[in-house]
Amino acid sequence: MIEVKGLYFSYDGNEVLHNINITIHDGEFIAIMGENGAGKTTLIKHFNGLLKPSKGEVLIDGVSTREATVASLSRKVGLVFQNPDHQLFSETVFQEVAFSMRNYGYPEETIRRRVNFILETLDLRSYAETSPFMLSGGERKRVALASILVSDPKHIVLDEPTIGQDHQQKEKLKNFIVQMNTQGRTVIIVTHDVEFVVECRPKVILLSKGSILAEGSYDEILSDEDLVRRASLVPPQIGLLMSSLRDLGFNPATLDVYQAKSAIEKRLLSNVSKTL
Amino acid sequence: MSLKLFEGFRFTGKRTPIHRMDPRPKLLIASSIFLLSILFTNIIVLLILLIAQLPLIYLAKSLRRWSNSLRGGAVLATLIFIMNFLTGSTLVFSLSMTLRFLVLISAFSLFFLTTSPDDLGLVLERLHLPYTLSFTFTTAVRLVPTVALEAQTIVDAQRSRGLELDRGNIIERLRRHIPILIPLIVSAIRRSTELAEALESRAFGSCENRESLITLSMKWTDYFVAIATIIILLVGIFVRLWIPLPSLDESIRLPSIWV
Amino acid sequence: MIVIKAQDLTFTYSGSKKPAIENLNLEVKEGEFIVITGPSGCGKTTFARCLNALIPSFYRGEMKGFILVLGMDISKSTTSQLSKYVGFVFQNPENQLFSLSVERDVAFGPENLGLPREEVRRRVEWAMKVTGITHLRHAAPYELSGGQQQRVAIASILAMKPKIIVLDEPTSFLDPLSAHQIIETVSNLRSEMEITIILIEHRLDLASRYADRVIIMDRGRIILEGPPSKVYGEDAEAIGVGIPKISLLFNLLKREGYDLGCTPVTLEEATQAIRRRIMDDRS
Repeated sequence: MIEVKGLYFSYDGNEVLHNINITIHDGEFIAIMGENGAGKTTLIKHFNGLLKPSKGEVLIDGVSTREATVASLSRKVGLVFQNPDHQLFSETVFQEVAFSMRNYGYPEETIRRRVNFILETLDLRSYAETSPFMLSGGERKRVALASILVSDPKHIVLDEPTIGQDHQQKEKLKNFIVQMNTQGRTVIIVTHDVEFVVECRPKVILLSKGSILAEGSYDEILSDEDLVRRASLVPPQIGLLMSSLRDLGFNPATLDVYQAKSAIEKRLLSNVSKTL
Repeated sequence: MSLKLFEGFRFTGKRTPIHRMDPRPKLLIASSIFLLSILFTNIIVLLILLIAQLPLIYLAKSLRRWSNSLRGGAVLATLIFIMNFLTGSTLVFSLSMTLRFLVLISAFSLFFLTTSPDDLGLVLERLHLPYTLSFTFTTAVRLVPTVALEAQTIVDAQRSRGLELDRGNIIERLRRHIPILIPLIVSAIRRSTELAEALESRAFGSCENRESLITLSMKWTDYFVAIATIIILLVGIFVRLWIPLPSLDESIRLPSIWV
Repeated sequence: MIVIKAQDLTFTYSGSKKPAIENLNLEVKEGEFIVITGPSGCGKTTFARCLNALIPSFYRGEMKGFILVLGMDISKSTTSQLSKYVGFVFQNPENQLFSLSVERDVAFGPENLGLPREEVRRRVEWAMKVTGITHLRHAAPYELSGGQQQRVAIASILAMKPKIIVLDEPTSFLDPLSAHQIIETVSNLRSEMEITIILIEHRLDLASRYADRVIIMDRGRIILEGPPSKVYGEDAEAIGVGIPKISLLFNLLKREGYDLGCTPVTLEEATQAIRRRIMDDRS
């Protein structure tokens, strides 16, 4: 469980986070959304103790981040940074992914087994002996993800996982994230990709200018046009469409394209049956 | 901690009389302080040189950043003191040498804190340095904060993978910095490629005699400051050459057994 | 007038075996707004680099076929020479700004062209006005948001008065609202000046409404091209391109047997089409 209690954080005299209170239960799926500079990345850096609160506290499974090292917290909370190029350094993909396991002091045999397993899962097996620098952007991002997942953290935090990813890569990423969550991991994504959130259906925490603006289910938050725009996001297209057809009985909280399709279909069918 | 030292040299676009000054008199002030601190070993003079900067720093609203840069230099200053004292210098002389170092840091911190790299570039152009050279220099100055920020992100990313930088002996610690250095170098190479591409696309170097939009111009206040600085410098040189100053040196030093 | 003409254009980066673009044929008319998209590695950035001679003068490799930009043969030109005619806006705003004030940055290009000071001044004022950054004149890039930085980058290019402006995924690092504003700024340029726009973009939901033509590339080739409504009506999704959700909605309905007579690109089109259909059915 991740508990954030009355968290304030100031840097260089500026208040970046203002009275943040969040409880994230084990196995939850959360999207933290908001404009660039809202404090999203600053917030998640508190989850593994990279940053310590100026005031208030952050508890990971009951332990205050003030009383634990980043290394020990990182075994529970895996934090995947936005840009893979800020962490890749090894000669081979295998070595890169094994890095954290070695830091945590696992025996070589366990490391080999875990790394191979995670490379398989993320479709990277054939690159095990390739230099990570030879891979494409999407592949490098997967290596970075693998290098965190390999030590099997209970909670996983992804900073802007969809940036720089094309449609197909996003699709794969979505399936993988949802799968991780159904296997019981806590998944927290930081993103402003509204359409991606609609497809993943997490609980949404909306952050703006360092404070929590709103918290709730994805459709509840993202169908509130005013709220969404205040966080410098653009409402999902389908939501806007449904909202402008509200007078015909459509539900503005329908954000997903397949749900919208069914709704319109049903409507057209009922029209036909009326005329018959 | 090393980042703190950079902070003290990083230009911030505040709107104060010191920031608005022409860069040339500011460079003159910094160089004069530099020269005077080299000329004198007298602790009182060095103390005056340090204290005399305070009003300027206060006017530039940069007290906190300035003190950061002094704090950043504290380790080195302590080292200078210890080295001097251990090698048999008197206490007062060792203190003077330390003070001299702080005066230097302070003077150049004041200059860089209040002078935009762009203005610095214009000064270099005025000195008839080739444009590509002054451009390279200002770009390097400009990139310092960006790279410092990036280094911090890399450190954070690797610590999140269980890397503990401050464990083990000195060799071990150095080895632990490899995962920081490689991404930093790779990213620097990528950045320079991107910068070069962007420069090409903006016709960089395609014309010999370019005219800058902004030109430096001295206001009467700038002339006043420049002349005042020169007078103080001359007085300083005069005093150094012809007027003996009282010395505080009580010849406290480590007994020669120690040395 | 044709401003860009590529014929059987093939380019292979040195050190690579596979061509990054292969037998590309394309003609662009003056004043067109073209959006190019496709999965990563499809060759769109490579093609963009051909438009201002970054290929082959900056990136080495083997070029076959030819490409003419404003009648100039790219294989015989340098980026610097072309910069007067073709402006290029890059993905990362951080690495394309060079000064510590907006004004000086916008002036950088015209200064490099060796223009007289008054002309530089005029152009800087104009470019800042067109992109709505005049109030940021004295700000330093690091004080600006990503969206503002990217606007400065666009102004810097405009001040060189190019005939063609190429933008290579200018919104990737921006939040949706800033991305939206950037694309609007770009589309507004057309009312200010006679300019051809080539925009490489993943966010089709934002860009499509302004595009005259959408080009979808895959594995170095052009797979589909035409007006957005036509391209999205075809098999764009199958190639793995994220077409706007409203276009997708209409495609899905059509597959179920409900043909609403169009593939909408804007919200208004979609709303009207659905409204019309429901009303028609009633009467």
